[in-house]
Amino acid sequence: MATHETVLEHEVNDQQESWEGGTPPFKASYGKLMMWYFLLSDAFTFAGFLIAYGSLRFSSPTWPVPDFVFKTFPFMGTKELPLIFVTVMSFLLIISSVTMVRAVQEGHRENRKGVVFWMLLTIVGGLGFLSCQAWEWTNLIGTEHMTVLTNPFGTHTEAGVYLNEDGTESSETFLPGKPYLLHKAGGGHGADAGHGEDAGHGEEAAHDNDGGHADEAHGTEPGDYKGYVVDEKGFILNKYKVTEGLDKGMIKTQEYGPKAFGALFFFITGFHGFHVFSGVIFLLIIMLNAASGVYTKRKNGYEMVEKIGLYWHFVDLVWVFVFLVFYLL
Amino acid sequence: MDKVVIKPATTEDVDLLIEEYGYDDHFHDHHHGDKYQSNFISKYIFSQDHKMIARQFLITGMIWAIIGGFMSIIFRLQLGFPEESMAWLKPLLGKWIIIDAAGIGTLSSEFYYALVTMHGTIIVFFVLTAGLSGTFSNLLIPLQVGARDMASPFLNMLSYWFFFLAGAVMFASLFISTGPFAGGWTGYPPLSALPQASSGSGAGMTLWLVSLVLFVVSVLLGGINYITTVLNLRTKGMTMWRLPLTIWAFFITAVIALLSFPVLASGFFLLLFDRSLGTSFYLSEIFINGQALDFVGGSPILYQHLFWFLGHPEVYIIILPAMGIVSEVLSVHSRKPIFGYKAMVYSILAIAFLSFIVWAHHMFMSGVNPFISNFFVIFTLIIAVPSAVKVFNWIATLYGGNIRFNSASLYAIGFVSMFISGGLTGIFLGNSAIDIQLHDTYFVVAHFHIVMGIAAFFGMFSGVYNWFPKMFGRFMNETLGKIHFWGTLVGAYAIFWPMHYLGMAGVPRRYYSFDVFETFSHFAEMNKFITISAIVVFALQILFVINFFYSIWKGKKMTTRNPWGANTLEWTTPIETGHGNWPGKIPAVHRWAYDYGKDGKEFIPQIVPIGENEIEEHG
Repeated sequence: MATHETVLEHEVNDQQESWEGGTPPFKASYGKLMMWYFLLSDAFTFAGFLIAYGSLRFSSPTWPVPDFVFKTFPFMGTKELPLIFVTVMSFLLIISSVTMVRAVQEGHRENRKGVVFWMLLTIVGGLGFLSCQAWEWTNLIGTEHMTVLTNPFGTHTEAGVYLNEDGTESSETFLPGKPYLLHKAGGGHGADAGHGEDAGHGEEAAHDNDGGHADEAHGTEPGDYKGYVVDEKGFILNKYKVTEGLDKGMIKTQEYGPKAFGALFFFITGFHGFHVFSGVIFLLIIMLNAASGVYTKRKNGYEMVEKIGLYWHFVDLVWVFVFLVFYLL
Repeated sequence: MDKVVIKPATTEDVDLLIEEYGYDDHFHDHHHGDKYQSNFISKYIFSQDHKMIARQFLITGMIWAIIGGFMSIIFRLQLGFPEESMAWLKPLLGKWIIIDAAGIGTLSSEFYYALVTMHGTIIVFFVLTAGLSGTFSNLLIPLQVGARDMASPFLNMLSYWFFFLAGAVMFASLFISTGPFAGGWTGYPPLSALPQASSGSGAGMTLWLVSLVLFVVSVLLGGINYITTVLNLRTKGMTMWRLPLTIWAFFITAVIALLSFPVLASGFFLLLFDRSLGTSFYLSEIFINGQALDFVGGSPILYQHLFWFLGHPEVYIIILPAMGIVSEVLSVHSRKPIFGYKAMVYSILAIAFLSFIVWAHHMFMSGVNPFISNFFVIFTLIIAVPSAVKVFNWIATLYGGNIRFNSASLYAIGFVSMFISGGLTGIFLGNSAIDIQLHDTYFVVAHFHIVMGIAAFFGMFSGVYNWFPKMFGRFMNETLGKIHFWGTLVGAYAIFWPMHYLGMAGVPRRYYSFDVFETFSHFAEMNKFITISAIVVFALQILFVINFFYSIWKGKKMTTRNPWGANTLEWTTPIETGHGNWPGKIPAVHRWAYDYGKDGKEFIPQIVPIGENEIEEHG
């Protein structure tokens, strides 16, 4: 054991890379590091959900067509605007990341007013996104009757022709891959609703021609009618005749889309929306703190703004993946 | 052997070294050191001091170990003595003991499954994850890296209280009228997803899920803290390659937990949706009493993937801290540097990496593609390589050492024995072809109990005996400790060794009774033997608990700071270690933690600078 005397004789023989005191070994402060590690773990949570999405989607024979599902826009009636609304939503969120960057920058400059201003804009962006999501959910649940349990967005897997009210063949044909939306008897889209809402253009004429299929003409009681079936939930499942393939000539009825779609959509966008919502709450708290001058007294200045900034960018990044799997693929 | 003269650094030497080379962070100038401990509640209950939180984790873990262990005694009684009346348990178990007209009490089969499930859940999560990693990561990380406390003492406190809350919810589920969850600790759907599937699948399962989600929060709060503390709060001179192996193990454990527990949470959230909202993530085409349920398109295999993506790393979350403790204890008590320090670190890293790509070896018989199984077989068997590196290094550390055979080192040696025995049967089970015969038999039960149950407990005991003086300022009774060790070692083998034969004969696990299987009837005596061994081992653990609490107040007092002659920083703190750990400066570190028997000196603590003509060891 070295005694006191021998110890004092020796120079400190530290390695070059060892910490010399004063600053921590890694450049980032521990608070920021902790945020990074939290985000890493959160990324794995979302990864778990997206893997569940992938596994369920690829075990399902069909999947709703995004261009067909997400084509409504507030106050635009029935006009088909595929993915326009979600583009607005995403734009709001991405822009709020830009304003967040500006807030952090103003934090580095110790400019209190700048921080508050840019954080306020970020909050507005976040609230805008949440409002859009609220409308989208309302529309999907209220108007289109998609819930975690029911998915009325189906896809044809074979070519066929719809039947008329009286069970005769109509002029409305379709090919495999054609999406359709099941409507509720006596409710829903009113006169617009035909056999299915078509994603493609030039189908309007077909709709107009078979006005006899409008909802008000359907029986609303559950039962098997000549041209369609009304099920216990009140959805109208139109009948069609298969025109190609092994089942050629058979009369079939439309089916619901894969159930997992609705459940996954509401679950994953809801989980992401909850992240945005918590983010807005934290942004609000930190903005109020900044406004009241809490951070001007702190040794690490506006680091809280930086930390919530990391979180906010992460939530944005996650949206990119959510957007990818639900709206683009 | 006990006569080896230890010359611990005198108090003055240590203080002078810290004063001379230490780093002054003006900690005690702020006088916030005692804000955290000013009254009973902030000192003992909502404490933010990592040493107190460690003790909270340990004692809570011990309480859970007793509960979980006692459950195993009850179901072992059923397995060993199915004919005996259990009427005497009626006061404790109430309606779960069914008494017939003749006054013979039998354990309800539903409750048998609940006991098996709860035993697994409690021991895996509450005892061997929170009780082991929670205790020693909290105690040792700040002390051994030379930090005042964790990066965020507040989150650290929350971590304990989320664990406590998780425990409270789980405890409550034991008392509800439909009983706790009874579908196995893995919680596979459909038993876990359909509330009507069995009596335990109702409210019991809901509480089970809530409890474990709270537990995940606790683990994440803890893990984020451990990682940040190790990376950012190391003292001057404490490079990563000078960290003791305990810290490496806790650090990597926290990384694994941080990456795998969130995926478990994902799986649990989806399960909650299936249960409460009627979605079909995990359910598909199920008939109950001839009635088709309204579930379409889900996949129970999906749950298994999400579960085992945590579940397999979880076994390393359990065993790595024990390995770290064993490495440190073996080196200190054999008075030799750890053999192959860097190899130890690299094998921890290799195990951590491999632990993420082997999960489906739990699912060989779940209907996964056999070609995919090949992939998982190969990586599973590769884990044997870093594991063997560690085992050989421990043995090489012991070889030629001046070993002190005290309770701590005996348990560390016992760990190595258990790890070898259980590890070898892992090679059997890792092969998908042999697994066809052995899956879900007592062979599996024997394997994982030895390799991660008993072995991890041994690591924990080793750590408790070794760091008890640091925690409570007193020593545990050595005689009781040695009785505890030898009894537990022999008893544990007596319980689990015969189970291998049961398993090879095809006896399935989780069965309530084997009455109807004529082919298994000759195992009745073996089952009795196992049950008696289990009772003896359980009684020995009660002895440990008595020793533990007796020693807290009445044990032999610690008179020197460094009773084991160890090199690590925790032994440079005062015997009564206050908040902030060091009363003055933080000690600076000049060497790795394993300079034992170097240059004729018995040990050279990390705070001693490298001498003029001395060459620094790097493992």
